[in-house]
Amino acid sequence: MHDELDQLYRDVIMEHYKFPRGNKDISDADLANMGQNPACGDEIEVKLKLDGDRVKKVSVSCLGCAISVASGSMLAEVIEGKTLAEVKQIARIVKALLKGEDIPADINVGELGDIEVLKGVRKFPVRIKCALLSWTTLVDAIDSFEAGKTTEIGVSTTDDGVSYHDHDHTHMGT
Amino acid sequence: MEIINDTTERKTGRRCQNGCNLDIAGIRTDFPILTRKINGHDLIYFDSAATTQKPQSVIDAITEYYSLHNANVHRGIHTLSDEATTAYENTRRKIAAFINCDYEEVIYTRNATEALNTIAFSYGRKNVKPGDRIVITQMEHHANHVPWLVLAKEIGAELVYIPIASDGYLDLSHIHDIIDRRTRIVSVTHMSNVLGTINPIAEIAALAHKVGAIMVVDGAQSVPHLPVNVQELDADFMAFSAHKMLGPTGLGVLYGKRELLQAMPPFEFGGEMIRKVTFEDVTWNDLPHKFEAGTPHIAGAYAFGAALDYLNTLGMTNIRAHEIELTRYTLEKLAELDFIKVFGPTDANHRGGAVTFNDVNIHPHDLSTFLDTRGIAVRAGHHCAQPLHRLLGTVATTRASFHVYNTKTEVDIFIEALKESQRYFGYA
Repeated sequence: MHDELDQLYRDVIMEHYKFPRGNKDISDADLANMGQNPACGDEIEVKLKLDGDRVKKVSVSCLGCAISVASGSMLAEVIEGKTLAEVKQIARIVKALLKGEDIPADINVGELGDIEVLKGVRKFPVRIKCALLSWTTLVDAIDSFEAGKTTEIGVSTTDDGVSYHDHDHTHMGT
Repeated sequence: MEIINDTTERKTGRRCQNGCNLDIAGIRTDFPILTRKINGHDLIYFDSAATTQKPQSVIDAITEYYSLHNANVHRGIHTLSDEATTAYENTRRKIAAFINCDYEEVIYTRNATEALNTIAFSYGRKNVKPGDRIVITQMEHHANHVPWLVLAKEIGAELVYIPIASDGYLDLSHIHDIIDRRTRIVSVTHMSNVLGTINPIAEIAALAHKVGAIMVVDGAQSVPHLPVNVQELDADFMAFSAHKMLGPTGLGVLYGKRELLQAMPPFEFGGEMIRKVTFEDVTWNDLPHKFEAGTPHIAGAYAFGAALDYLNTLGMTNIRAHEIELTRYTLEKLAELDFIKVFGPTDANHRGGAVTFNDVNIHPHDLSTFLDTRGIAVRAGHHCAQPLHRLLGTVATTRASFHVYNTKTEVDIFIEALKESQRYFGYA
């Protein structure tokens, strides 16, 4: 069990937790969303500044555990410069990684910053929601943005919003 | 039908390490789950405020009911139906004796939450008018908060909160302004599931009754841990759950004063709760059946009878004494840790054995995962009390909560694990 715990709290995770990236607020965000884990009360706010359909700046502010903060920090690190379509693809990869699902052969997870270490969360099923919170919040924000909605801050939950196999969103009641 | 308990002598014969009249080591052998290894360690179950573990007699009662007595209640005249009905109603008598009320005043529900909802939507809808006031406290579980919030919004009534003082007790300094002439319902938790605070129910009930309001008590955390007497509290309604007091899940109790229950319309409709149905009209059954529509959790009631026998054998006064000592010890040990902040009253005599705290370095989730790898089960999160957590200035806390089977030795292991967690996460 200690080995599994060590896999969960890898140095990389703790480093992101203690020094999260993207923690500078963006005042002129193009899209923003609040995420909540209804089971534990954790809260996260994700904001993006775009340049066309590319992510120019990211801010992630998370009131949560090491896993949710670290995952949000990795998100901030990895999505900068990516198109919104690429961001959604990365979110699907993160979810597949966490759930132990197949990842298409042409994708090299090693190229996606530190997110590969998130697979250590797999052994702790109750913590998968923590790792997913920032990603579901982000994808909900992008979907709303693409559907032509404004930057009004909605509230997302950690329920499966970014399935690799199923693009439909289901919101858990809050 | 009685559950025979041949271990009475052993349980009360020796003294526990706390100086109470219980043989805790002997009691622990009655709980099979306590022999489990969790992640290679002996299970230390510190989550009894969420649900307690079950003694063998309760587990056996479930099997016994389905193996020997299973039938529907109040339906047939055959032997099994009679046995099932007798068992089901016997437990109702035991519940009545346990909280000191009459047999007809005990209504079975699914849980405390359903009992509170029944009061809000049956008594509340009938008796609360626009502009009236419903009073609760800032320390309520969502189950004793949300039904009143919804009712108040629906009716156009005002929901007012008795505040909490910084020491974790209710601040009753403005209570006469809060419980005023407009007040119809006052609903207060007897013991907070987060702060552990035991509230002065009898005192608040007197104020409620003075202005003509009724007193509702959320007993989910108190009835399992203290001797509770609804006459002494002068409670008009009280709710609690079997599964938090060594009994099965899926069964709860709504206590109500007879005249209030008689005047209250049923909450659900169907079989069992009617006296006479024609194509044109219906008349309700007598208490308590008026509020028990459909086939109830008969096996659960049978097993809950075994749980009440078990608690009675130990004695609620003895259980309370053991938990006071365990809580006092835990608070004392936690106070020695400079990285731990404890919430709630510091005097174990005025609080229950639910100890909520925060680690200044480690988030409750991470701490809980760490403790789990040491076999220690605690609760992490907002404990279904989000507004209270905002008040405490945090979104989540960690809670260690006890019942009679917990020991000081377990507390010692828990304290050492907390120290180890600081080293593990790089804070020491």
